[in-house]
Amino acid sequence: MSATLDIRGLTKAYTPGKPVLRDLDLSIGAEGITAIIGPSGTGKSTLLRCINRLVEPTRGEIHLRGGVGGDVDMARLRGRALRLARRRIGMVFQEYNLVERLSVMENVLSGRLGYVPLWRAWLRRYPEADIERAFGLLDAVGLPEHATRRADALSGGQRQRVGIARALMQRPDLLLADEPTSSLDPRTSVEVLEMLTRLAAAEGVPVIINIHNVALAKRYARRIVGMSGGAIVFDGPPEDLRDSHLSAIYGGEDWL
Amino acid sequence: MSPPAAPAAPPRRVAFAPDRGMRVLGLLVLAYLVYAASQLDLGLDRLVTGLGEGARFVARMFPPNFERWELLVEGLLESIQIAVLATVAGLVLSLPVGIMAARNIAPWWLSGPVRAFVAVCRSLHYVIVAILFVKAVGFGALAGVLALVIASVGFVAKLFAEAVEEISMKQVEAVRATGAGTIAVLLYAVLPQVASRFVGFSLYQLDSNLRNSTLVGIVGAGGIGGTLFAAFKRFDYDFVSAILIAIIGLILLAELVSGRIRAAMR
Amino acid sequence: MSAAGHGGAASAATHDTLAPLRRAWHRHTPAERLVRWLAMLAIVAATVWAVRTIEIIPEFLADAPEQMADLLVRMWPPDLASYPGAVHAALVETIHIASLGTVFGFLLAIPLALMAARNICRFKALNFLAQVLLVASRSVNSLVWALIFVAVFGPGPAAGVFAIAFRSIGFVGKLLAEALEELNPGPREALRAAGAPWGAEMLKGVWPQVRPAFWGVALFRWDINVRESAVLGLVGAGGIGVVLEDAINFFQWDQVATILLAILAVVLVAEVVVTRVRTRLL
Repeated sequence: MSATLDIRGLTKAYTPGKPVLRDLDLSIGAEGITAIIGPSGTGKSTLLRCINRLVEPTRGEIHLRGGVGGDVDMARLRGRALRLARRRIGMVFQEYNLVERLSVMENVLSGRLGYVPLWRAWLRRYPEADIERAFGLLDAVGLPEHATRRADALSGGQRQRVGIARALMQRPDLLLADEPTSSLDPRTSVEVLEMLTRLAAAEGVPVIINIHNVALAKRYARRIVGMSGGAIVFDGPPEDLRDSHLSAIYGGEDWL
Repeated sequence: MSPPAAPAAPPRRVAFAPDRGMRVLGLLVLAYLVYAASQLDLGLDRLVTGLGEGARFVARMFPPNFERWELLVEGLLESIQIAVLATVAGLVLSLPVGIMAARNIAPWWLSGPVRAFVAVCRSLHYVIVAILFVKAVGFGALAGVLALVIASVGFVAKLFAEAVEEISMKQVEAVRATGAGTIAVLLYAVLPQVASRFVGFSLYQLDSNLRNSTLVGIVGAGGIGGTLFAAFKRFDYDFVSAILIAIIGLILLAELVSGRIRAAMR
Repeated sequence: MSAAGHGGAASAATHDTLAPLRRAWHRHTPAERLVRWLAMLAIVAATVWAVRTIEIIPEFLADAPEQMADLLVRMWPPDLASYPGAVHAALVETIHIASLGTVFGFLLAIPLALMAARNICRFKALNFLAQVLLVASRSVNSLVWALIFVAVFGPGPAAGVFAIAFRSIGFVGKLLAEALEELNPGPREALRAAGAPWGAEMLKGVWPQVRPAFWGVALFRWDINVRESAVLGLVGAGGIGVVLEDAINFFQWDQVATILLAILAVVLVAEVVVTRVRTRLL
């Protein structure tokens, strides 16, 4: 399933008076990869984390429309409703955030923890359909034989692939990826992004990805959003991204 | 001709590695616990009466009675003295003993017996050692100091030996290569590597000895333990609570101070 | 320090190249030296005060080695015949007390540890309350707890179990709380982002990370508790301490020796068991 994201007036200030996000407006359609680029500290990560409320927005609305759960304003939800809404948003992290001591299969299945009752999770009696899907996802990310291996026995690239499988396990309406390749070497980064693009397209899930590698962003995204100083300074297809825009986003010229 | 390759249905894959060993172990432990409980006659009725008794007991402990505060302070001071002396003497002894117990520095015929000795020091509870010293050298603080010295050596020498065993032998070889004698090697190659950890052990042991010194008095080895025991015997439970509060306060203070020292050292 | 700048050529002519070698080498900065000196002073002062004010009758001190030797002679040879019967049964009871006490202590400590860990429970008041309870439990020695519970339950192993349990709460709770606070928050965040309820977040995000520390603390504390259980009998709380107390009071030193050896053996075996299990767990 896929959904559209409609953000209005999003503001976040960690310390009062110093907003990291200033009155942001952004609409993401129901398809394809949107890459958010910008220098460190400009609020890219904050923006992503506000969407699934890992960070509390100071002000603003975050509308998630379509998909299984109907229309909700993520910024307004609390308690159980928030939890249920989070199930619809998958997230892939820069540091993979796998539970290291658990097996790959358990990590993938933890994407379903919002759906299965606690006793099933404890006794590891997940529904058959979930296990089937987990195996399917492991095949899709190229880790067919790794189900029983411990997560900390895997390489960085493999861990991130498990992270992708876990996120897709949720059957999300929207996928967020917070610097998914920043801890990976160049070749693995490309492999992971290829996989992410392919799988997200196959499941029909739109992806918002934070990335500071501009070349990779241009290669995989169909839309690029450039941020600087907590505001959006560029929004368009990769072809339109010129050096002047990059200067505005990152500052300086020598590096171009 | 073989048919076009259709992916054969994979054999049923294993989702979770079986964990039989741990399960069996868990059940065994559980069975043992049930057995042990039955052996000890921990009946529910006993526990219920106990709760009632406990409530009465707690009532008699409040409010804490500080009337005999001079006795209290005297006892506390003696405990502190015992702790300080035992720690200093214990640390001084632990240095050579620990080095003699380190397998990478001392030859096997030395480290073996010394390690055994240290293990014995550690295994005997300090109260038992205190009783023995009381019988040997009489009631009073001396027995307490001696008992805690043994306990200190048991812990600090072991930790120290382990720290010494973890040092880089390359530095030792380097100093040896300059032609330095054994003492010089120890001073310049071994000790610097373990010095900061030794300070850590020392603080920990001082703390530990302070706790323990409050108790050895229960068997007559000096300090506030004796005052406490006497109060219990006389059913002066409100004085007991006063003493306990004083002891807890002392230990808290010690923990605070050693915490500050530790933080300053980092 | 010379200022940095373009072209050091101007100062090269007058620059003394051996200056770095001429600097005197001091191992510690003046501030460090002061601190070390103060610490030394404090230690010496404390020791001197203790030695002067402690009531140790010098004659006893001089006598001490002789008295100890006398005691040791009386303890040898140990009366091994007395082992089966009273000693063995009491030893087994001691282990039961230690094991049950440890488990009971854990059961009480876990909720306190969860309450004390600032990343699990975010209410400062509860954190504080839990910490206070943990410190109180830790500061009262197991012998004192034993005295208390003997007064409550009467003499016998029940008092011993409770004493061990209550003493363990503080130790276990503090170590568990520390382990909980050192958790990697990332995996928890990931589970929360996936919409997992709090219970699942704890079960799959916290527990797997904390598990080795949990069992490590359990084994560690059980080991210590075996040692502590052996002496609880001295105040009537069951176990081998009772037999030991009787033997000492009746001056049966050879039996005392047997008992001490038995305690030693049990403690050593417990330590071996714990080391083995711990290496398997890690």
